[in-house]
Amino acid sequence: MSDVKKIATRDSYGNALAELGKEHDDLYVLDADLAAATKTVTFKKAFPDRHIDCGIAEGNMVGVAAGMATTGKVPFVSTFAMFLAGRSYEQVRNSIGYPHLNVKLGATHAGISVGPDGATHQCNEDIALMRTIPGMTIINPSDDVEARAAVKAAYEMDGPVYMRFGRLAVPVINDNPDYHFELGKGVTLKDGTDVTIVATGLEVAASLEAAEMLEKEGISARVINIHTIKPIDEELLVKAAKETGKIVTVEEHSIIGGLGGAVCEVLAEQAPVPVKRLGIRDEFGESGVAEELLKKHGLDGEGIFRSVKSWLGR
Amino acid sequence: MEKLKLQKMANEVRKDILTEVFHAKSGHPGGSLSVADILTCLYFEEMNVDPENPAKADRDRLVLSKGHATPALYAVLAEKGYFPKEELTTLRALGSRLQGHPNMNDTPGVDMTSGSLGQGISAAVGMALSAKLTGDSYRVYAVLGDGELEEGQVWEAMMLAGNKGLDNLVVVVDSNGIQLDGTVEEINSPQPIDEKMKAFHLHPIVVDGHDFDELHRAFEEARTVKGCPTAVIARTVKGKGVSFMENQVSWHGTAPNKEQYEKAMEELEKAGEALCQM
Repeated sequence: MSDVKKIATRDSYGNALAELGKEHDDLYVLDADLAAATKTVTFKKAFPDRHIDCGIAEGNMVGVAAGMATTGKVPFVSTFAMFLAGRSYEQVRNSIGYPHLNVKLGATHAGISVGPDGATHQCNEDIALMRTIPGMTIINPSDDVEARAAVKAAYEMDGPVYMRFGRLAVPVINDNPDYHFELGKGVTLKDGTDVTIVATGLEVAASLEAAEMLEKEGISARVINIHTIKPIDEELLVKAAKETGKIVTVEEHSIIGGLGGAVCEVLAEQAPVPVKRLGIRDEFGESGVAEELLKKHGLDGEGIFRSVKSWLGR
Repeated sequence: MEKLKLQKMANEVRKDILTEVFHAKSGHPGGSLSVADILTCLYFEEMNVDPENPAKADRDRLVLSKGHATPALYAVLAEKGYFPKEELTTLRALGSRLQGHPNMNDTPGVDMTSGSLGQGISAAVGMALSAKLTGDSYRVYAVLGDGELEEGQVWEAMMLAGNKGLDNLVVVVDSNGIQLDGTVEEINSPQPIDEKMKAFHLHPIVVDGHDFDELHRAFEEARTVKGCPTAVIARTVKGKGVSFMENQVSWHGTAPNKEQYEKAMEELEKAGEALCQM
């Protein structure tokens, strides 16, 4: 897929905000001295009066957004996933989640693909943390098209939304006229009968690659893109479990509490089948080029292919 | 409202606080009694609010950042007419609108959910900033404890409020000198509070937090201050108004038993009668 167009979803976030800002006067963007990295700088250039740099104080920024939301404004809070879901977990829980305020959380630089900055900045736990907050919607888009659609959907719904974006440029896979984003609905990108690969974020493209490789080996793999991790598309997952009998989850996140956890929770109660979770195992990241790190953790197309093949005993 | 009426109202609020905490069998009487005069002054004298229309867009806002003192807030809101006074006895009970710490979605008149210390002030800064961004005229009051100033987030919020020049924001510190584990002095003193506020570009005013004239003058002065928020540092007495609760660490988070409740109410009845004879 070397000649495929690649865009980092953090860029999609900045561009989507700048687009939405034209239509909606009540949209404000808050950042914590990372506008150049989260790409909210794109919005800032277009709407300087509606971009508030709160300085390096994320917990306060989350609270400020909560206060703004009580007055009817729609704040998009932007910083790295580590500092939004991690550092500010309790502020998000108590000042936004509990009162169910209309604040949108734009978390960039999520996952191990942050790369060279290393473990301190590679947040592989954010989905797990945010999932535990009642009423929190969580979206992890797979590419530029989906990320921009997600930002729009987040604005249009009432209530808190956590959006997960990446630093690494990733293939654009949804650029087709039929593409339609619907919150809470998984997307079957490829049909298959032997196994279902349920992927999220940048792992969707990698899983499609893996599925093609599996096909060549005579293994028919269904691929489902779960962009909305909460509320998760239970119906589609149960159907896949019943029809293919085996599920593999793939995410650039800890296998504890993220997509893998969410899928297992649904299936254990509604359609118990064997599940293989691929992701970051119970460990911290390290410095390295993003692609190398993904490969090391078996999260590139080749790695997913090998894991699935071996798990199926083929 | 004239001073004597405010004093009488504050005395009623104190009785309400004790009634709430007594029925709940838990809660925070000490810091509720210390902030009673401040909240009475704000809701009955200073703030533009309408109990008939608690969510009106141009109302002044108050965030009780020291949310554990919510018995005082509920008492003032009930006295003001936001909800029936009878409901005060349901504090902390299952199914009650009066949660152990304030929740904006449960209680009419509560502008922000709070109670996790250091968070309310950030929301108040957000409200004040919001007003500035769209030219709205409402004012925002944030009420903090002095122990709460130990939270780092408070100073993140102060720094932003000062740097953004939020002169529509008044930060009130209920400085009763006592926190859960001991005196503020013993634990981790934020003093000198006025100098810290000044260093963060807030306009500090130190007052006696039980003197309605001083409180009123401070809030009036705050209206005239331009280009920076005002910090009203109110020196108060923890447990104020109940002799055996005053300045006692043990009354930070303990409910009175029946005997103690009756004794406290008796004291407050007498104080009320004395005010009526003035």
